[in-house]
Amino acid sequence: MISLVGVSRTFKTRRGRVDALEEVDLKIGEGEFVAVIGRSGCGKSTLLRIIAGLLPATSGQVLVDDAVVGKPRKDVALMFQRPALLPWRSVLANVMLPAEIMNLPRAPHLERAHRLLATVGLTNFEKRLPHELSGGMQQRVALCRALLAQPRILLMDEPFSALDALTREELAVELQKIHATLRPTTVFVTHSIQEAVLLADRVVVLSPRPGRVREILDVRIPRPRSFSHNAHLDEVAACSAELRELLLA
Amino acid sequence: MILLPLIGAVAAVALWWGVTRLFHIRTFFLPAPPDVVNAFGNQRSYLLQESWQTIKEMLLGFLIAAVGGLVIAIALAASRTIERLTLPLFVALNAIPKVAVAPLLVVWLGFGSEPKIVMVALISFFPIVVSTMAGLTSTPTDLRELSRSLSASWGQTYLKFRLPWALPQIFTGLKVGITLAVIGAVVSEIASPQHGLGAVILLSGQNLDTPLAFAAITLLALISVALFYLVVGVERLLLPWAKEIAQ
Repeated sequence: MISLVGVSRTFKTRRGRVDALEEVDLKIGEGEFVAVIGRSGCGKSTLLRIIAGLLPATSGQVLVDDAVVGKPRKDVALMFQRPALLPWRSVLANVMLPAEIMNLPRAPHLERAHRLLATVGLTNFEKRLPHELSGGMQQRVALCRALLAQPRILLMDEPFSALDALTREELAVELQKIHATLRPTTVFVTHSIQEAVLLADRVVVLSPRPGRVREILDVRIPRPRSFSHNAHLDEVAACSAELRELLLA
Repeated sequence: MILLPLIGAVAAVALWWGVTRLFHIRTFFLPAPPDVVNAFGNQRSYLLQESWQTIKEMLLGFLIAAVGGLVIAIALAASRTIERLTLPLFVALNAIPKVAVAPLLVVWLGFGSEPKIVMVALISFFPIVVSTMAGLTSTPTDLRELSRSLSASWGQTYLKFRLPWALPQIFTGLKVGITLAVIGAVVSEIASPQHGLGAVILLSGQNLDTPLAFAAITLLALISVALFYLVVGVERLLLPWAKEIAQ
């Protein structure tokens, strides 16, 4: 569904050229959950923005269903490190934003917004303003907004990294559930091994400067996965250890 | 909340009164608070009528400055070319002391209230433009990327993201603008003293009727404080979230 063909990106800075990404090739299947992991500065956010059509690749291309991505697509939703909610809009109005901007019919999307907010436990907060919510709740609102227009592709840029450890785990588990039911093709950029192992079908390990694909690891742990005691603790540990070695190498 | 400023004001008036009594200052030099109150009592309808004149000029001029300032700031923020073409010009125009323009406005626009309204608009326009521009160019990267990723049109980007985001800064400009509006009105009324509190101050000064001048000045102060807090009130009402994003 998504294919990256020789994607490279260099930035020109005052001190000269910086190679952020070099010759990244990747194929992502329909409904797949792919985590992109790497240390800071390995170009993983750049990669996500190129897939989103927000940033052009210096060379190579991104294809979605064989169409070259040159600008943002309407069936792709984005989620950032920070919630990026509009502070003057209520929770519900924030979730409805994509429907307004894309001129989608209001009634069915309003119903969908209510449903999405209910799945993340925010029904009683629909009329609140974002600043009245905790960081975790704000990020849940951002997730609902991203899912409103039923995107086929969900691109997430370290969406839980600004949250405290427990909230991160909670949200990761919720995201796993949501992905299991709605199955958007998901690219999830993170620097957390734990999140990658919990969520991903495959983990792409990027090497830093320039960002190259070092390894693609299949995660074959049965779902639903969880952070608590379960039958697959050994597999989780083995997979995490392998990722850690790849990242430190 | 209102107690402390009230105590401050009462203390200042008491000090003023005390000084006039203690040093036996003559009324035409510095009138004591009761003299000012008497002056107001004796000429109430005259003072209120002239106040209304000044308020009308201020509000009309301020309205023109607010609408014009917003439109021009949007144009400047929308295009780098327009900005480079016109911003230095605006800065230069703003640097001209407005007192120097007042007599010219009388020449161009006559002795009515038009030159006063134009003066108010001229003086309060610039801070509104500058803060609106600052607000429009301060949209966070996240929100810019969000609007791009949703393929929002130019109009949608402005109406749903940039303009609301700029509102707190626009209000900062409006607050500065409304305080300057008082200055603009009085300066132009002194340059062409037919009506308004500026004219009252000028004429009563010439007649050594200092208590009346003080009464007019007090009214001006009250009017500008009231208008300032009117803008603050509208801001609080419209933007309950503004304080939160300021942090």
